[in-house]
Amino acid sequence: MRLGLVLGEAANGLRRNVSMVISVVLVTFISLTFVGAAILLQMQIGEMKGYWYDRAQVAIFMCTATDTTGNCTQSEATPDQIAIVEEQLESATLAPFVASYEYEDHDQAFANFQDQFEDSAVVGFVTPDLLNESFRVNLNDPAQADILIEKLSGFAGVQDVADQRGYLDQIFNVLNAASYTAIGLATLMLIAAVLLIATTIRLSAFSRRREIGIMRLVGASNRFIQTPFILEGVFAALIGSVLAGGAIVAIVHFFVRGYLAEALAATTTTLVGLDEALLVVPILIAVGAVLAAASAGFAISRYLKV
Amino acid sequence: MIRFDAVTKSYSRNPRPALNAVSMEILKGEFVFLVGASGSGKSSFLRLVLKEEKPTRGDIHVLGQHLNSLSTRKVPYFRRNLGVVFQDFRLLPQKTVFDNVAFTLQVIGKSRGFIQEAVPDVLKMVGLGGKSNRFPHELSGGEQQRVAIARAIVNKPAILLADEPTGNLDPATSAGIMTLLERINLGGTTVIMATHDAGIVDQMKRRVVELTHGQIVRDERQGGYQTQAIPVQGFGLEGRVS
Repeated sequence: MRLGLVLGEAANGLRRNVSMVISVVLVTFISLTFVGAAILLQMQIGEMKGYWYDRAQVAIFMCTATDTTGNCTQSEATPDQIAIVEEQLESATLAPFVASYEYEDHDQAFANFQDQFEDSAVVGFVTPDLLNESFRVNLNDPAQADILIEKLSGFAGVQDVADQRGYLDQIFNVLNAASYTAIGLATLMLIAAVLLIATTIRLSAFSRRREIGIMRLVGASNRFIQTPFILEGVFAALIGSVLAGGAIVAIVHFFVRGYLAEALAATTTTLVGLDEALLVVPILIAVGAVLAAASAGFAISRYLKV
Repeated sequence: MIRFDAVTKSYSRNPRPALNAVSMEILKGEFVFLVGASGSGKSSFLRLVLKEEKPTRGDIHVLGQHLNSLSTRKVPYFRRNLGVVFQDFRLLPQKTVFDNVAFTLQVIGKSRGFIQEAVPDVLKMVGLGGKSNRFPHELSGGEQQRVAIARAIVNKPAILLADEPTGNLDPATSAGIMTLLERINLGGTTVIMATHDAGIVDQMKRRVVELTHGQIVRDERQGGYQTQAIPVQGFGLEGRVS
């Protein structure tokens, strides 16, 4: 009986306010899509970090005959110097951090170089002796690269100790900036959505102020009076959230899994999938419902002051 | 039943209080007229009884509840024991007579069965037995007020507050409404009615409380709209002149 009445009142309000309800649906839809996209982007960054940081190595470049940077004086690193560096990697201080390492000599470096730049004319100008010999070190914890850099940079014959994560960080910074932008836009849109819901509910309450007045007079409880209005706001926002959830799933399915996966197939990086998208959907719906309930409840509260 | 102890009600914009140190008691089953000029504090009095307002000073007890300390959450439940009728009826134009009365019971959670039984009963009592499917705009003013009274008493309240219920009605119709209110009063409901209608007050010979500038200047058993006796409180004379 009471439930039917409450739902009926909410349905009435929705019907009377169709245009406002549609705008609430659209604004929550767009804002929550941005929220979802930001969350997905963060998940993507997390996944890429996990994937690439494990593969990121610390490279210890040894001097070539042409180098003047680092500790080089235009002389090739001697086998002794190379042996000292290797000794350091095996030493008690560094060994606990090092998972594995390999030595790349001129010929291997040249082979890799040819491989990477096979389409480029530069291959023709490069000879093996121009390319650094190097140790490629995999660390147990990639975040501890600084220890190696600090320890080994000063040795004779070492041109440079480079942490490859440095290159990755730039990519992640770009992605991070994109996701912060999405979050910023989402926040603005969410503020608009909250205000719009509050306005809609206020309008709805105003058009029913006679009923509210009588309900208060005859002793309807505040909860009974406000529930239809809150349901009205939550219902409109829920439609928007569900649409946003659908949009997120569609983006992942058609854009990320469809287009991006194909375009990036060669790099074999991992991408977010439907699992992550389905994780985001309930978050969006919960955010939509909670925000709508809060703003509708706030909007209606002024009609309930005794 | 209702007790005011030195109740003062001031509104922030107005330096003169709407009610000024009013003390009075209304007993169970009484029929009380509140008379006085517009702005004398009658409506403030009714709003304070309903706890639509808080008194600035003083204590109000209604139905054994100390209204000053009644929590906001309990106010709706308190109001279920009161019925209210207004000069402008305040019916819902989209609902039929039956639904207008039933609405009261629905929103306080009464069962469908109870509503089906109580609403026709009360409509018959106020003399609208055959008109339960009409809409308010299809009724005369007197009939609309009867619907409003039916709505106020359908939940069997202990107190019925009426704020100039005959203000919009002609004398013959008013007399009908008064007969109805009298009948409700005979059923044991305390009735408090604010009015400007001298004829009705004179004819009914009930307790009359007169307010002037927020103060009680007369409290007479079986009084008239204008007193024949010497005022019970001395400061009344000055108020009467202005």
